[in-house]
Amino acid sequence: MSNAPASPQAGGGRASMKKELPERFKSYRHVWVFVELERGHVHSVSWELMGEGRKLADKLGVELAAVVMGGVDAGVREAAQESFAYGADVAYVVENPVLADYRNETYSKALTDLVNTHKPEILLLGATTLGRDLAGSVATTLLTGLTADCTELDVDADKSLAATRPTFGGSLLCTIYTLNFRPQMATVRPRVMQMPRRQDGRDGRIVPFDVDLREDDIITKLLRFVPDRDSNKSNLAYADIVVSGGMGLQSAENYQLVRQLASVLGAEYGCSRPLVQKGWVPAERQIGQTGKTIRPKLYIAAGISGAIQHRVGVDGADMIVAINTDRNAPIFDFAHLGIVTDAVRFLPALTEAFRKRLSPHSKDRLAG
Amino acid sequence: MHIVVCIKQVPDSAQIRVHPVTNTIMRQGVPTIINPYDLFSLEEAMRWRDKLGGEVTVLTMGPPSAADSLRKALTYGADRAVLLTDRFFAGSDTLATSYALSAALAKIGEAFGAPDIVFTGKQTIDGDTAQVGPGIAKRLDLKQLTYVSRIVDVDLTSRSIVAERRAEGGVQVLMTQLPALVTMLEGTNEIRRGSLDDALRAARADVVVWSAADAGISDLQKCGLRGSPTVVKRVFAPPPRSEKAELVETHGRAPAESADALIDIIFARAPGVEADLAKSVSGF
Ligand SMILES: Cc1cc2nc3c(=O)[nH]c(=O)nc-3n(C[C@H](O)[C@H](O)[C@H](O)COP(=O)(O)OP(=O)(O)OC[C@H]3O[C@@H](n4cnc5c(N)ncnc54)[C@H](O)[C@@H]3O)c2cc1C
Repeated sequence: MSNAPASPQAGGGRASMKKELPERFKSYRHVWVFVELERGHVHSVSWELMGEGRKLADKLGVELAAVVMGGVDAGVREAAQESFAYGADVAYVVENPVLADYRNETYSKALTDLVNTHKPEILLLGATTLGRDLAGSVATTLLTGLTADCTELDVDADKSLAATRPTFGGSLLCTIYTLNFRPQMATVRPRVMQMPRRQDGRDGRIVPFDVDLREDDIITKLLRFVPDRDSNKSNLAYADIVVSGGMGLQSAENYQLVRQLASVLGAEYGCSRPLVQKGWVPAERQIGQTGKTIRPKLYIAAGISGAIQHRVGVDGADMIVAINTDRNAPIFDFAHLGIVTDAVRFLPALTEAFRKRLSPHSKDRLAG
Repeated sequence: MHIVVCIKQVPDSAQIRVHPVTNTIMRQGVPTIINPYDLFSLEEAMRWRDKLGGEVTVLTMGPPSAADSLRKALTYGADRAVLLTDRFFAGSDTLATSYALSAALAKIGEAFGAPDIVFTGKQTIDGDTAQVGPGIAKRLDLKQLTYVSRIVDVDLTSRSIVAERRAEGGVQVLMTQLPALVTMLEGTNEIRRGSLDDALRAARADVVVWSAADAGISDLQKCGLRGSPTVVKRVFAPPPRSEKAELVETHGRAPAESADALIDIIFARAPGVEADLAKSVSGF
């Protein structure tokens, strides 16, 4: 189950044998981004990808297209219009009652038909539960390559997509190509790419697409959708400030110190993986390669060593502050600021110091 | 009922080291384990077998040593193990892997009865793509249920399955027809210890070993490196950040004093953070 090479050399040897692109794929052009629309709401990963897709399209000198599908009057047109503000030149819209809710059967058929008709050279999807469910089916049907969870996308001199992703638990990165097949497919996790600036008033072409789907022919039925209770849901991936703790905190009780600081800062709280494994913190709070990717303005990590699997989840933070007793801990290699001290003693002091500065009576001590 | 669980033997990546000079992975001596995500699917499979009767077959594609993981699965309580192994499979990407496993699943169907449910892990810890399950479903025309948090019901008479599936912002309750492909979410159950009987049986059991030809694969162009549309061109270590962290002095200071010093530097270097905090305070 791996995009990873059996050995690095194996891939290299084959890549150098690159043949010319088969004739049937030569007409494949343009960059597409699948816009994930669920219950009237576009997942922000789609706009993050639009920003990335724009760069690829500009380098290739081709158009950027959004693919939006959903039920009738389910916000498809609105999302298509919005995609122009985020950089799309064209929006393919597929409206059909059977697409009201995501189902693999209907969505994979619609997307496959669209690709076979309009032939993009690159197709990007978010690595969400929906995107991963869909991408694997579509790539298999089209018998093309798919690179999952990319952290970097670029085009080479020969115009092929260079998709970089972590391999082997994140300790190494590898760059993967789909040389002789089209479209070249890739997924990217939320928050890995930067959100592009919105350009209101930017316009594009809407291209409707009909797909031959009737509810009677579809075997999978959605019986119910149970929305998450909002109170339960962490907004970790999109928080401006995140405070997190690792094994250096030594106990579940001490993890409260992280939550207290987060609460004073109006921040979200997170953790390294071992705390989840120990059952101290729920899994949705894990930050890193197998947890959430975050891009906060400020990330405070207390008692976290900074293993590569953790690092890949926080590399997008504007400022990383590390609190660690070990001055040689790897986290100091990528943190911007650090303090070599015992987090269990220091966190309460930091919380108190922030509380003082943020209390309304001392507003003069803050800018703005 | 016949359930097949596809598992993968992976290096225990907690113990993988990267050679500091060549940047290649040093695999020697790294112990292997069953991909942890696969165990949630294996346990779920065994629970439904226990409830409805039938058999659980575990299938893996890998080197001959992957038989160890199959034997481990037998000690947990699986009934039969099939190892698909052939040098032609080396270097498979997700597309080639789903091709080979689909062929083996078809063969398993002929030899031991068609599977009603095929499970795979949600993803692996070494490849982490989550794409092989959907690939198998597409190739064998199985109804696909990924990220399942609970299988609510399996009805062999009406050949239906109801499952709760994790989606963005909520849980979908889906009903579909068997045969289906299911991937379980992590944390949904806990793998059983396995009985002494299972351990004894596993020690004696024969793992069924198939080559590509045994699995009925005639088109080797679709296998391994040759059958993989993706090509890995470069493998490299992530670059370090150029400057080291600025360290706040703690020597001879009380924690409160260092805390103030740290906040000063944070605000000086990230004025946006200070402004945001000020806004949120005045917002009260
Ligand atoms: C496939 C795979 C995926 C993984 N995915 C993730 C992931 O998504 N996220 C993740 O975080 N990890 C992940 N890991 C685990 C990762 O490799 C590390 O093991 C983990 O991040 C370490 O957590 P830690 O830093 O909290 O603990 P440790 O490595 O044990 O570090 C504890 C740190 O605390 C410091 N310390 C000790 N006492 C104190 C004190 N009193 N005050 C301050 N500092 C103190 C120590 O100096 C040390 O640096 C993954 C591993 C694998 C193999």
